[in-house]
Amino acid sequence: MKRLLACLLLLASSAALASEGHGLMYHAEYDLHDKASLQRGARLFVNYCMGCHGASMMRYSHVARDLGIPEKVAVKNLNFTGQKVGDPMITAMRPEDGKAWFGAPPPDLTVVARARGADWLASYLRTFYLDPKRPTGVNNLTFPDVAMPHVLWELQGWQRAVYAEDGKTIEGLELARPGKLDEAEYAAAVNDLVGFLVYLGEPVRLERLALGWKVILFLLLFSWLAWLLKKEYWRDVH
Amino acid sequence: MNKCQQYMDCLVAWIDARFPMTKMWKEHLSEYYAPKNFNLWYFFGSLALLVLVNQILTGIWLTMFYKPDATLAFASVEYIMRDVEWGWLLRYMHSTGASAFFIVVYLHMFRGLLYGSYKEPRELLWLTGVVIFLCLMGEAFFGYLLPWGQMSYWGAQVIISLFGAIPVVGDELTTWLRGDYVVSDATLNRFFSFHVIAMPLVLCGLVLVHVLALHTVGSNNPDGVEIKKNKDEKGRPLDGIPFHPYYTVKDIFGVGVFLIFFSLVVFYLPEGGGYFLEDNNFIPADPLKTPPHIAPVWYFTPYYSILRAIPDKLLGVIAMGVSVGIFALLPWLDRSPVKSIRYKGILSRIALGLFVVSVLVLGYLGTKAPTPETTLLARIFSVIYFAFFLLMPVYTRMEKTRPVPTRVTMK
Repeated sequence: MKRLLACLLLLASSAALASEGHGLMYHAEYDLHDKASLQRGARLFVNYCMGCHGASMMRYSHVARDLGIPEKVAVKNLNFTGQKVGDPMITAMRPEDGKAWFGAPPPDLTVVARARGADWLASYLRTFYLDPKRPTGVNNLTFPDVAMPHVLWELQGWQRAVYAEDGKTIEGLELARPGKLDEAEYAAAVNDLVGFLVYLGEPVRLERLALGWKVILFLLLFSWLAWLLKKEYWRDVH
Repeated sequence: MNKCQQYMDCLVAWIDARFPMTKMWKEHLSEYYAPKNFNLWYFFGSLALLVLVNQILTGIWLTMFYKPDATLAFASVEYIMRDVEWGWLLRYMHSTGASAFFIVVYLHMFRGLLYGSYKEPRELLWLTGVVIFLCLMGEAFFGYLLPWGQMSYWGAQVIISLFGAIPVVGDELTTWLRGDYVVSDATLNRFFSFHVIAMPLVLCGLVLVHVLALHTVGSNNPDGVEIKKNKDEKGRPLDGIPFHPYYTVKDIFGVGVFLIFFSLVVFYLPEGGGYFLEDNNFIPADPLKTPPHIAPVWYFTPYYSILRAIPDKLLGVIAMGVSVGIFALLPWLDRSPVKSIRYKGILSRIALGLFVVSVLVLGYLGTKAPTPETTLLARIFSVIYFAFFLLMPVYTRMEKTRPVPTRVTMK
């Protein structure tokens, strides 16, 4: 009986823990209504990510339309491979090259935000640190032993690990060499990029949120009328 | 009588001479007498029908754009979400509908348990319902492979491999089911075929049989009183009211309220907190990368927990099968002289309460990776789950029941 109680307690506490989040280092702050931020995120994405990763289930024209970018500007600033504006955002890297260079082709990022979550992405992009044991020279706290190099190094600079007294446990990260951006600017840039990835994962999100309450308002009215109708019909049932 | 009305009557008479239109209308709607004391629990039958129609209609449109091909399937779902006009709404209505289907069907089944709706003379009605439930599970399982995400793929892999536990023919059988040595394009294509044609056809047929059986024996009610035992001089049940218009208007109200909850999920929580659309299913299927933790969708997790609770694979598979199939035996397990929980004794109430708790706990445990503690819990609650059924002949006979009124009560 005691063991059962202990189990039930454990169950309850694990449920409570699960709802608190997953111990990620950073929280992503983005606003899907902020088109300037999404545009900055898109610029970071095509400049830093699309060399290796595609967003092959999304079209340039779709991004341009949603983010309020004129098509000509989009072709010039987003589409570096000379494709048509209606083409999907595929990467120039061939999958076999990716496999040879990184062990596996870099994954497509169209819906990565829905699989990983915004906070995971923000933490991932901010927790690269120097690690001479890795082939890329960097490791990552959020995704240990990841094959990806620190692509945003010129913005963030290089971080190194701060170890606890035992010399093994990593207590935190500190800046070893600054990049073009200071810490706050880099955090803002990551938030822009994550915001764009969240948009990319579900472009219809804002439309869905805007439509929902109208549908529900209609259904409330409908249900109220249906209730009155029911009451009227049921008057003679006792 | 005006001209128009005359023409209408002529038309109806013309049809009635060739097809039993008016007769069917009367038999199944305007002169089908349902007990007047239905409560909240009686909405879920008509709601299940509504969700079935939703799944079929949204499914027809999704099929127009979906590609049942292992190299194209995942991207075609995202194509529906992005490039197809209102495709996202169709897809969310369909994915939310799948979970909604199980929610309303579970509540519909619970109603049957509460009021003894499976008892004589409704045994066949209950059995057709159990078969519908089995088909629904199949339909959901086949459909879940189609988005071709990691959970689709590995969920199917795990479930199909269960058949491998069958002695002698197991391995051959799993290969035959998959059409390949692993879940592959061949599997996807046949699952697509089952999902869009075979199962829906069987489901619709069975639903018709279920409704016909219901209209033969008449509906049970929260008091478990047979309304046909008290009729007026015209042969109409004294406690009955015509299904149409009384219950059609009432069900329309139920539909409105249901759709409010449904819309809340579709528009504001389409992933259902990771239970309706799992996070891992946004990663394309990869036969070379097994996810560290494979969990079925929430509506299968109680049975999955029972499977995992048993150390032997074959026995686990059998226990899982029995945990679903055992519902079919209820009409003969329940030996109580009364139908409704309102007049049953304390033991039946405790048993049903424990059963609900065990289903919820097993369901929760099934979504988590097993640890020694949770496995122990799953074993305890599996025993309670089966005890509810297997001890039913004992506790329903032992307990003291309360007198059942001759007429229904309006609470």
